[in-house]
Amino acid sequence: MQVHMRIRRFNPEKDEKPYWGEYTLDDVDPNESVLDLLRRLKGEQDGTLTLRSSCAHGICGSDAMRINGVNMLACKTLVSRLGKEGSSEVKIRIEPILGLKVQKDLVVDMEPFFDHYKSVMPYFVNDSPPPADGRERLQSIEDRARFDDTTKCILCAACTTSCPSFWANEKYVGPAAIVQAHRFIFDSRDQAPEERLEVVGDSFGVWRCRTIFNCTSACPREIEVTRAIAEVKEVLATGKI
Amino acid sequence: MSNIKTHTFDAVIVGAGGAGLMAALYAGKEANVAVISKLYPTRSHTGAAQGGVGAALANVDEDSWEWHAYDTVKGSDYLADQDSVDVMCKDAIPTIIELEHMGLPFDRLENGRISQRRFGGHTNKETGKPVHRACHAADRTGHMILQTLYQQCIKNDVNFFDEFHVVDLIRVDDTVRGVVAIEIATGDFHIFHSKAVMFATGGWGRCWKVTSNAHSLTGDGAAICLRRGIPMEDMEFFQFHPTGIYRLGVLITEGVRGEGGVLINNEGERFMEKYAPNIKDLASRDVVSRAIYLEVAAGRGINGQDYVYLDIRPETVNYYNEKEGDPTRIDRAYIESKLPDIADFTRTYLGVDPVTEPMPVQPTAHYAMGGIPTDVDGRVFLDTENTVLPGLYAAGEAACVSVHGANRLGTNSLLDLVVFGKRAGVDMANYCQETELLPLPDNAADEVIAEFDRIRNGSGGVKPIDLRKQMQLTMTKNVSVFRTEEMMAEAVADLKEIREQYARNVQIDDKGKQFNTDLLEAWELGCLLELAEVTAVSALARPESRGAHARDDYPKRDDAEWLKHTFCFKEDEGKYRLEYKPVTLGRYEPKERVY
Repeated sequence: MQVHMRIRRFNPEKDEKPYWGEYTLDDVDPNESVLDLLRRLKGEQDGTLTLRSSCAHGICGSDAMRINGVNMLACKTLVSRLGKEGSSEVKIRIEPILGLKVQKDLVVDMEPFFDHYKSVMPYFVNDSPPPADGRERLQSIEDRARFDDTTKCILCAACTTSCPSFWANEKYVGPAAIVQAHRFIFDSRDQAPEERLEVVGDSFGVWRCRTIFNCTSACPREIEVTRAIAEVKEVLATGKI
Repeated sequence: MSNIKTHTFDAVIVGAGGAGLMAALYAGKEANVAVISKLYPTRSHTGAAQGGVGAALANVDEDSWEWHAYDTVKGSDYLADQDSVDVMCKDAIPTIIELEHMGLPFDRLENGRISQRRFGGHTNKETGKPVHRACHAADRTGHMILQTLYQQCIKNDVNFFDEFHVVDLIRVDDTVRGVVAIEIATGDFHIFHSKAVMFATGGWGRCWKVTSNAHSLTGDGAAICLRRGIPMEDMEFFQFHPTGIYRLGVLITEGVRGEGGVLINNEGERFMEKYAPNIKDLASRDVVSRAIYLEVAAGRGINGQDYVYLDIRPETVNYYNEKEGDPTRIDRAYIESKLPDIADFTRTYLGVDPVTEPMPVQPTAHYAMGGIPTDVDGRVFLDTENTVLPGLYAAGEAACVSVHGANRLGTNSLLDLVVFGKRAGVDMANYCQETELLPLPDNAADEVIAEFDRIRNGSGGVKPIDLRKQMQLTMTKNVSVFRTEEMMAEAVADLKEIREQYARNVQIDDKGKQFNTDLLEAWELGCLLELAEVTAVSALARPESRGAHARDDYPKRDDAEWLKHTFCFKEDEGKYRLEYKPVTLGRYEPKERVY
């Protein structure tokens, strides 16, 4: 099939402002991913087209972008999902994720995103001595299941950059950071929930969430992000984990 | 180039996957360390590892590290150094416990201990039956290891230089002085001046067309070392994982077979019963990949095509479990909880629901058993006499200890990362405490800057993507699961020609500085080309079949002549010299390998 692509382009060394680049690819297999197409474009037509990618199967989180107006991982979005059924032509519009400064084409500055991530103490804390037999700390299957969903996060930023509250105020820690906080707050082995709750409970924390659910729709790992945020809110409101 | 910024550290670690981060945690305790990665650390390919990490915890059934060592040696087709294997399998137990103490969310058993599953080639030495040895977190064990280690690095204030691409090692005679890197966002060159350097840059599966490897796995660290006079060990041994998603190569974990999944040919036959009567689908990866090739060659691929089915449907698994007297029964919920990512991948990329349909799979280029030669503390060897280059370290897939020999067992790569990453980190910290910082040579970055200028200004009209395709084509056709003299000679000739094209005529579009991935990817292609050539040259010189190096024209293993490691040295441009080093044997004498 034939694919027409409109791609938001911006090269800070040349362009005063962003513009739409238009490209056509022929002989596209509907099972190719948007990342495959972008890499083909870059290799065959225009090497200056710039994007991040690595694993190419949805596990490294490099290639979140806005595809036809919705945040997705380019590598997990097949062309067949974007066209009308039976059509031999597909139009795809690709832009960088919103709310972070564009560095070049589809590449945005990820530092503010990772700063928010780091602010929630995204690491395990347990300073009590480990079991005397030198073995693992025990955890029940149920306790482990309590935070399973939020361990799936790959920090791709698709959720945070789809959130209107984050667009409105970049100081909001955003869904991804709250997902990370959730992963530890609900881990029965962790001993620092209070400090973490203090961060996500402040004025740029969970209360900025207006339960719009964009984050949940955007998550390529199918994490129930809004639910995780609600669970953290509930702990803050009730004081009970 | 007076505008090059210089940073000074005791040690720099290149690469932020499992090995690099583990090394950083340990080296950082005693030394001032920087981790430099061309990616954000959480993008590293450790995160793509799925099924588990091996350790004889004996949480499910009887096990011992000696059995783990035996399986590893047997799996390696006796090419692994047995003293190193002992270190890995013994260290495995406390190291996995340590990861749990760092917070790693392993799946749990009813009694609260770490859950373990079966995996290819891991057995009870007395009964020969599969043993539950792979500690796992669903089918995202690598993801959880990567996340946990990165989290601990944040906790411990490790210095990261994210999206800095290391492109050269500063070596003066037999000392190291640091590395040269490009800051990707600006295009500026930086020098990292240090007493010690560690490469933990992963593998080079992108030499092949169908691979489980990330686009970023271009073997930079290994290629840089090769160019700076370090030999590459056992490069002919590259693992083809039997179950990649058909055509895409995306990995489907061996854990699928560990949970009872079976391989099926076009006649509906569970064909591994023929090739490995004892452990069937859980034979070593080299054995299973060859079996798939042979089935396809005999016309028993699905619909006559070059793939077979991997079947984890509950009715199939339960049928075989019942037949074999295994009381385990599985259902949809079990698959969704134990293999959620696999289900997601096959649904996304194939539209196949593994609960109701079998998955089309074919072997996929997966893992480099060979690489930068090291001892068990990550110290890099300069020659076959084990002469160490002081201050230079390597760990993880980039390195060759050698614990994997001619074929790696599943779960041993994640284990390799954490065990040898840690040991290298500890040794590097000690080394830094005993050593003075040596001065930087003048113009330390000039040579690599000249190479980048050449690529940037090239005008020969040859696109990197075309050369990359040619390389991948010849490697896939000629240096794959089965090889012959003729095929490998063709690959060597092809690669020589491609390399000459690359040196003379490569041309890129992007002449700018900031985020010039066109330029960086063209440079990465140069790394791949050299490693592909070393692989083909090393393979051509080994007239036997051992592990992943299987030859139609020499189908037998030849211990009398070839129980030895290959060391490939780069001479002048395009010339390679091969030397050999004896394998360190131990308590396991080489014998015929039967599964």
